[in-house]
Amino acid sequence: MANLEKNAISIQNLSLSLGNKQILNNLSVEIKSNQVTALLGPNGAGKSSLLKCLSRELSVPKNTQLKYFEHSITDWPKNLLPQHLAVLAQQSSLTFAFTVQEVIELGLLPLNLSTKQAKKVVRENMVKVGVENLADRLYPTLSGGEKQRVHLARVLTQLNQSKDKTILMLDEPTSALDLAHQHNTLKLAKQLAYEGAAVIIVLHDLNLAAQYADRVLVLADGEIKADGTPWNALTSNMIEKVYGQKTLIEKHPISDYPVIHAA
Amino acid sequence: MTLAMRIKQLSAMQFTALSLCLLFFTATASIVVGPMTIPVFDSFQGLTPWASELPQHIQMVIHQIRLPRTLLCMLIGAILAVSGAVMQGLFRNPLAEPGIIGVSAGAALGAALAIVLFAQLSFAVPAFMNLAAVPLFAFIGGALTTLLVYYMGTSQYGTSVTVMLLAGVAISALSGAGIGYLNFIADDQMLRDLSLWSMGSLAGASWSSIILSAVALIILLVVFIRRASSLNALLLGEAEAGHLGVDTQKLKTTLILLCAMGVGVTVSIAGMIGFIGLIIPHLGRLISGPDHRHLIPVSALLGALLLTLADMFARVAVTPAELPVGIVTAILGAPFFLYLLFQQRGKM
Repeated sequence: MANLEKNAISIQNLSLSLGNKQILNNLSVEIKSNQVTALLGPNGAGKSSLLKCLSRELSVPKNTQLKYFEHSITDWPKNLLPQHLAVLAQQSSLTFAFTVQEVIELGLLPLNLSTKQAKKVVRENMVKVGVENLADRLYPTLSGGEKQRVHLARVLTQLNQSKDKTILMLDEPTSALDLAHQHNTLKLAKQLAYEGAAVIIVLHDLNLAAQYADRVLVLADGEIKADGTPWNALTSNMIEKVYGQKTLIEKHPISDYPVIHAA
Repeated sequence: MTLAMRIKQLSAMQFTALSLCLLFFTATASIVVGPMTIPVFDSFQGLTPWASELPQHIQMVIHQIRLPRTLLCMLIGAILAVSGAVMQGLFRNPLAEPGIIGVSAGAALGAALAIVLFAQLSFAVPAFMNLAAVPLFAFIGGALTTLLVYYMGTSQYGTSVTVMLLAGVAISALSGAGIGYLNFIADDQMLRDLSLWSMGSLAGASWSSIILSAVALIILLVVFIRRASSLNALLLGEAEAGHLGVDTQKLKTTLILLCAMGVGVTVSIAGMIGFIGLIIPHLGRLISGPDHRHLIPVSALLGALLLTLADMFARVAVTPAELPVGIVTAILGAPFFLYLLFQQRGKM
C-alpha cells in the first residue's frame, strides 16, 4: 500500500461553461489512491463534465492545474498515460460485429505485450468481470449489461501489469446491470482500490455509494456540496438541500454503513 | 449467434493463397475473353518471355489492351475496396462509401474542372503537369467533400446516417450541376473526356495510369495497415479511442486525406465506379471479421477480384459493344445498399 494517502489526481481552479451555462464553478479537488470515490449529485450537476475534465476528454482551461500522481499533465508522455488512466464510458457506439474477445483485446493497444502475455491478461480480465463464457459471442448480440461488463474488462486490460499508479474512472457503471451484477461490479471496484488503484465512480444510487464508497463527493450547481465518508457526507439535511427530497437514514442491520430511505 | 455468422475461419496463409489463385485465374480469364477470343494457352504464353512467338496481332491485343486493362481493374478495385473499408471504420457506419456520401462526385467535379480549365491553358503548361492536374484536382475535390460530410454528420455519439446520406445527395447534385455546366461549355475533345465520368470505364487503361494507381495502392495499404489498430479503437468512439492513447484528430485527418487520394486517383483514371467500396468490406468482414488489420488486405484482394469480374462481364455482355463498368457495379451494389438501409431503419 505504498500509495496510501497519495494524491492520484489533483485539479485546481476548474471552471467550465458550455454556451452561457456555467457547468463547473472554480472547483478544486484531490482524488486519492487506495480509495473508491463516489461522485454523486442530481441530474445536470456537472458529474459527467467533471469526470471528462479529470480524464482529459474535455481539455481543461489554461489556468486550471491538473496533475496525475503529482506530475502535471504536460510531464506525462502521451503514450504512457493510457496504462495508468482507464475510463469506462456510459455507452459505446460500437456497431461492428467484433467477438467479445476481440473487443477486450482492443484494450491491449497502449501496452507492449508478447502474444502469450496478451492472451493471459485478456483471459484474466474476462474471468474477473465474469464474461469468459461469452468470449466467442458477437458483441452486437449481447444485452446492455453484458456489453457494459465487456467494456469493463477492456478498460481493465489497458492498465499496466504492475498495477502501479492506476486510476479507474467509471461513469454510471451499474446503470444497465441487474442487482447481482451491480454488486459484483462495485465489489470489483472496491477490490481494485484495495490493490492500490484510485477509483472514481459516478453513481445515481445513493445506497450503492453508501455501501461501497470510501469517500463521497456530492456535486450540485457546479460546486462540491459535501465531501467525506458516507456517514459524514450523506446527511438528511444535505440530501434535502441538494435533491429536494426528505429522507430517513439508518444503519444497515448487519454492516456499518448508512441506508437511505425516501421519506 | 456465434462465430457461425462468419464464414469458416481460414488461416491467413490459406486465404491469401486461395485468393491469389482466384485472382490469377480471373486475370487469365479476363485476358481470354473479349470481342476477339484468345485461346487460354496463348494467354498464358502472352505473359511469359515466350510471348514473342505468338502472332503479332495477338501479342498486341494482350500487351496493349487486355493486360493493362486487367491490371488496372485489379488496382482500381483494390483501391476502392480499401478506401470503402476505411471510410466505414472512420464513420463508424457500414453505409459509408465514397460513391454514396458524395466523395466520388466531389472528386469527379474536381477532375472535370481540371480537364476543362487545363485544356484551355494547355498551351502554357507542360504535358506532365496536364497529366498530374486531373488526379490532383480530383483529390482536392474528394478531400473537401469528405471533410464536409464528416464534420456535418459526425458527433461524439457516432455518425448520423441521415445527415451523411443527405449530404451525399446534395453534393452529388451540386457536382452533377457543375459537370453539366462544364459539358455545356466544353468543346468536342473535352466532351469525350468528360463523358467518361458519368458512368465509369476502364477502357482508357494505359501503363502510366497503372503506375499511378499502383503507387496510390501501395501508399494506402502501407498507411492503412499501420493505422489499423488505431482505427479499430476508433470504432469504440472518439473519446474511448482517446483514452486508449490514439491521437484521434491526427488519425482522422490522415485517413480522410488518404481515402480522398485513393478515390481521386480512381475517379481521374476510370470515372465514378460505385458500390465496390460498399460491398467488398461487408464481404470481407464475413471472412476476416471487422478487425482492420485483416479486413484491409482481405478487402484489397476481394476488390481486385470483383472489379475484374465486373469488367469482364461489361466487355462481353453486349458484344461487340461494351457496357460501362459502373452500370454493372451499380446493378450489383444498389440492391445491396437498399438491403443494408432496410436493416438500419430502426437506427436512423
